[in-house]
Amino acid sequence: MTQETYENVLIEDLDLDGPAAAPRSNGELIFDSPWEGRAFGLALALVENGLFTLEDFQGELITAIAEWEALGKSNEDYRYYECWLVALERLVARSTGVQITDVDQRSKEFLERPAGHDHDHDHDHHHDH
Amino acid sequence: MTAKPHPDDRAPAPIRAEALEALLTEKGLVNADGLNGLINRFVNDVGPMNGATVVARAWTDPEYRERLLEDGTAAVGEFGFAGPQGEHIVVVPNDAKNHNVVVCTLCSCYPWPLLGLPPDWYKDPAYRARVVREPRVVLSEMGLNLAEDVEVTVWDSSAENRYFILPERPSGTEDMSEEELAELVTREAMVGVAVVGSPT
Repeated sequence: MTQETYENVLIEDLDLDGPAAAPRSNGELIFDSPWEGRAFGLALALVENGLFTLEDFQGELITAIAEWEALGKSNEDYRYYECWLVALERLVARSTGVQITDVDQRSKEFLERPAGHDHDHDHDHHHDH
Repeated sequence: MTAKPHPDDRAPAPIRAEALEALLTEKGLVNADGLNGLINRFVNDVGPMNGATVVARAWTDPEYRERLLEDGTAAVGEFGFAGPQGEHIVVVPNDAKNHNVVVCTLCSCYPWPLLGLPPDWYKDPAYRARVVREPRVVLSEMGLNLAEDVEVTVWDSSAENRYFILPERPSGTEDMSEEELAELVTREAMVGVAVVGSPT
C-alpha cells in the first residue's frame, strides 16, 4: 500500500538541489525552518548529556517514520522533522520526567498566547508561526 | 502510549518543539547556549566539504585510499572528522564498471562528519522506497544515465554501517592539486546519485 504511494513519485519532482550542485560550504540545505533545527539540537543535546543514545533515538525515529508511512498518505505530506519530533517526545517521556501530556499542555498554553507575545526565552532566530 | 504520529489534535510541530524545549530547559536538561552551539556546529562546521577533502586525498594518495577502503572511520579520523553518526563508516569505490549508490531505507542514516545532515531527497519516502527496486530509473531521473554494462549496487545504510561512496576521479584532472580536486566533488557523487564530471 505504502509502496504504491511512493511508486509514482518522480525523483526529479523532489526537492533536489541538482546533481551538479557542488558543496561550496558546509551546512547548506539542512533545515527548512528554525524549529527543525531546534528539534534536531534537542535530540543531540540529550544524547550528549547521556539521557539516551543516538542508536536509541534512531530506533524510535524508524518507528515514527514507519507509522507515518503506514497511514498511506501522499508523499507530498511527508515531513521528516515531524516524525523526528514524535520520536523525540516518546524517548524524552521514557528517559526524563517530561511526559507527552506535558508537551500537550504547554503547547496549548503557547497557542493561547496573545499575538505578538513577548518571548521569555533566548532564541537567535525568528519564529515561523 | 501509542499516539499516532500526526493525529489532528496535535499542536503544530513548531509549537510542540518550542514547548518541549521549554520543559527540558526548566528541568535543566538543555540550555539555550548549548543548543545554539550544537546547531551552529552542524550548520557551519560539518558538511560535504569534509567528504570532498577525503575524496581528493584518496585520489592523490594511493596509500590513503587503501586505508580508507580498509577502515573508513579510522581513515577519515586522520582529518579529525568524527562525531555523531561518524562510527562504522564503510567506503565503497565507484569505477567505470561498478556504480554504487547509498540509501537508508528505514530512516536517514548518513555519515554526518563527512557529509553533514542529509538533503531532503535522501530522507524522502520515494527515494528510499524506489532506489532499491529500480536504481537505474531513479538515477536516470536524477540526471545520471549509466551504460547497460555498468553494474549497479545499492547499499542500505544503518547504525551498523554508514556507507560513503568514493567517486571515480574524472579524466582531465591529472594536473590538479588536492584542493582543486576537492572543489569538483559533489555531495551527490558521495552518495552515488551522480558522478564527478571532468572540469570544463
